[in-house]
Amino acid sequence: MRRSLLFIPGNNPGMVQNSDIFDADAIIFDLEDAVLPQEKDAARTLLHAYFKQFPSAPYETIVRINTNDSSIMMEDLSMCLSSRVDAIMVPKATKQSLFEFLDILVTMEHSLGISPRVTLIPIIETARAVWEAYEIVQCPRVSGVLLGAEDLSTDLGIPRTASNLEILVPRSLVVLAAKAVKIDAIDTPFLDVDQEANLRADAEFSHSIGMNAKACIHPLQVGIIHEVFSPTSAEIRQAQKLLLAEEKAKLEGKGAFSVDGKMVDKPILERAHHLLEKAKVWGLIP
Amino acid sequence: MKNEYGREILSPFTNLESNDRSKQHPSIPAHKGRKPVVFSDSISSIFDAIPITSGMTLSFHHHLRDGDGVMNLVLDEIQKRNLKDMVLAPSSIFPIHAPLVSLIDQQSVVKIVTNYVNGPVADAISDGRLRDGIIMDTHGGRPRAIEAGELEIDVAFLACPVVDPLGNGSGKEGPSACGALGYAVADLMYAKHTVLVTDHLVKTIDCPELSHEYVDYVVKVSEIGDPKGIVSGTTRPTRDPIARKIAKDTVQLMAELGLIRQGFSVQTGAGGTSLAVAHELGQYMRNHQIQGKFASGGITSFLVQMLEEGLFKDLYDVQCFDLEAVRSYRENAHHHPLSASEYANPWNPNAIIKQLDVVLLSAAEIDLDFHVNVTTDSLGRLIGGSGGHADTAAEAKVTIITTNLMKARQSIIQERVRTLTTPGNTIDVVVTERGIAIHPNRKDLLMKLQGTKLKIVPLDQLYATAIAITGRPSYPDPSSQVIGVVRHRDGTLLDTLFQRSKVY
Repeated sequence: MRRSLLFIPGNNPGMVQNSDIFDADAIIFDLEDAVLPQEKDAARTLLHAYFKQFPSAPYETIVRINTNDSSIMMEDLSMCLSSRVDAIMVPKATKQSLFEFLDILVTMEHSLGISPRVTLIPIIETARAVWEAYEIVQCPRVSGVLLGAEDLSTDLGIPRTASNLEILVPRSLVVLAAKAVKIDAIDTPFLDVDQEANLRADAEFSHSIGMNAKACIHPLQVGIIHEVFSPTSAEIRQAQKLLLAEEKAKLEGKGAFSVDGKMVDKPILERAHHLLEKAKVWGLIP
Repeated sequence: MKNEYGREILSPFTNLESNDRSKQHPSIPAHKGRKPVVFSDSISSIFDAIPITSGMTLSFHHHLRDGDGVMNLVLDEIQKRNLKDMVLAPSSIFPIHAPLVSLIDQQSVVKIVTNYVNGPVADAISDGRLRDGIIMDTHGGRPRAIEAGELEIDVAFLACPVVDPLGNGSGKEGPSACGALGYAVADLMYAKHTVLVTDHLVKTIDCPELSHEYVDYVVKVSEIGDPKGIVSGTTRPTRDPIARKIAKDTVQLMAELGLIRQGFSVQTGAGGTSLAVAHELGQYMRNHQIQGKFASGGITSFLVQMLEEGLFKDLYDVQCFDLEAVRSYRENAHHHPLSASEYANPWNPNAIIKQLDVVLLSAAEIDLDFHVNVTTDSLGRLIGGSGGHADTAAEAKVTIITTNLMKARQSIIQERVRTLTTPGNTIDVVVTERGIAIHPNRKDLLMKLQGTKLKIVPLDQLYATAIAITGRPSYPDPSSQVIGVVRHRDGTLLDTLFQRSKVY
């Protein structure tokens, strides 16, 4: 279950070494945009050594690989498969490129005798990908989908604005596609690290339209994202109340029951169960 | 001989130890205030008038920090006159005092008594070039030693940003205004001869920190220093995520311990993590509508902001760390000056640190006995000194060390600190980014923290965590050449300083 996914440059030993203390639900070790071409091999070597030295982590391990150069992509992929990586983030995904990538992944796993464990997180960052979002999320092994607003704006030929109006439709399409197949809808990172209030407002808006997680680029953003994307204590109390009422109704043999004067139906109970499950995973309740 | 901490105290410092409480109520030397103040326009004329001769002890304060020009003016005169065997007793030494190195090499200066030293002078001493060695005091121990007569000062040269015709001095005004002058007061009162060195004369001074009745001479020079050396503060918290995490956990810890309550008192430092703690503390106090009684020590713009916002009733300032603090000291009646003796003298029953609820300190090394080193690095190079570290740790109700678990690929926690600055029995808590260790003596704190979400772990477990990442370091054996001694605030000796290991 993800709320926060923190990007860390794969060639920054200090950040890599401290990745376990930032409290992010997932760390995205970046081999792509954050790493200069001449440093890609060094970054890969560093990550490989780090994963080998520390074979477990208190977060989900994701690697954003390079896909625009096939030889670099194969080396990135090979490193991911030979270490503790949980998910591979695939940049500039389209329906065609993602399915082709899946074929390569499966072939490589097969040749290495590795069971298919790694999941995929495609990045929707082109107009075409937005349009194909529902087909992209149906690719096997996709566990979440990230909206990449910066590259998308470049592709659309429009500037990014403080209002975020230009990404309202893409955000909504990504949410609808992800939720249709019950995977994570991951919002684009907020880039101005100093503007904590604006990050909060941005995260609250994306949460309100259905995003359930947000990528971030600085460890200081993780706490705010967790505050926004975690259930509140009032929500937790209400969910616990609903489940208690459900238990009581079962004991009394009642099919339908109400709480605080409102009828409780199946979707409400499912939401309550899900909310408490998340609260437990995130340490909000014992 | 070995002291109670198992540290060897070696010649020539074995006879230095003193803890004579009969000297705790000293009287000001009788000659003070009997003669009119003499004004001059050159340091040289003061050397003639006193006269200053080889073998004398000269003292200085460090309120101009790395912008100080006064000590260098005096050093220049010592060099011109080819004086020898001088003892210097500045409250701190900074990189700007690099000219002292050649005087050390010429044996014009042969001994130094100070509370803090870094830069080229520290390196020269670390290499064993200071003939008779260095005594490292604390900010509270220095005025105690001066008042007790253990540190006898022949002449105090006190940089003073503004002086009036009577010979009163202040740090509030003038082109080199540096704020509070707390570290100058013991020297002013107890030196055999006191010289104020200024670059700004005015007709009157309201409430001068330095009273003319203790002043013998005033020298007007073109400039006493560079105000840029008083580091201008930032009001923005660091973006270093490690420091911010440590700060967040520290404030949560303080809250869980019930330390952040109406009327509490606190002292923090001026480093990145300390400022991050001040930032988080401010947020917590705002959110919970808590007003503290006071913050003390070296004052930063962060603390000024908190005072002006009403988060603290008062600031007790022994030294301004930046120009915002200087402004506040000048303008705000709740921003009070303190002498070093009023701040931290262990024999002063009213020292402000005796009222401290909590102090937040840093560390260069911590060992498994909670001993802290802020004097040298792991190879014995002098990098600072106690300042008020050992003083506040000894007196505050709760002493918290905030530090990265690892710096520069080395564990901050060691099996044994290279140099003992602050004894472990005065340290209560160590907060790192990978967990919080509580001194086993503080079972009361451990009890209060049971059931909280804070990651409380034994110190040796934190050490193991660090070593798992860094590997176990191998250090060269220390040299056997003694270069000085660390003196505790009460006059007892804490540790011997040895020449640094030759791997640089």
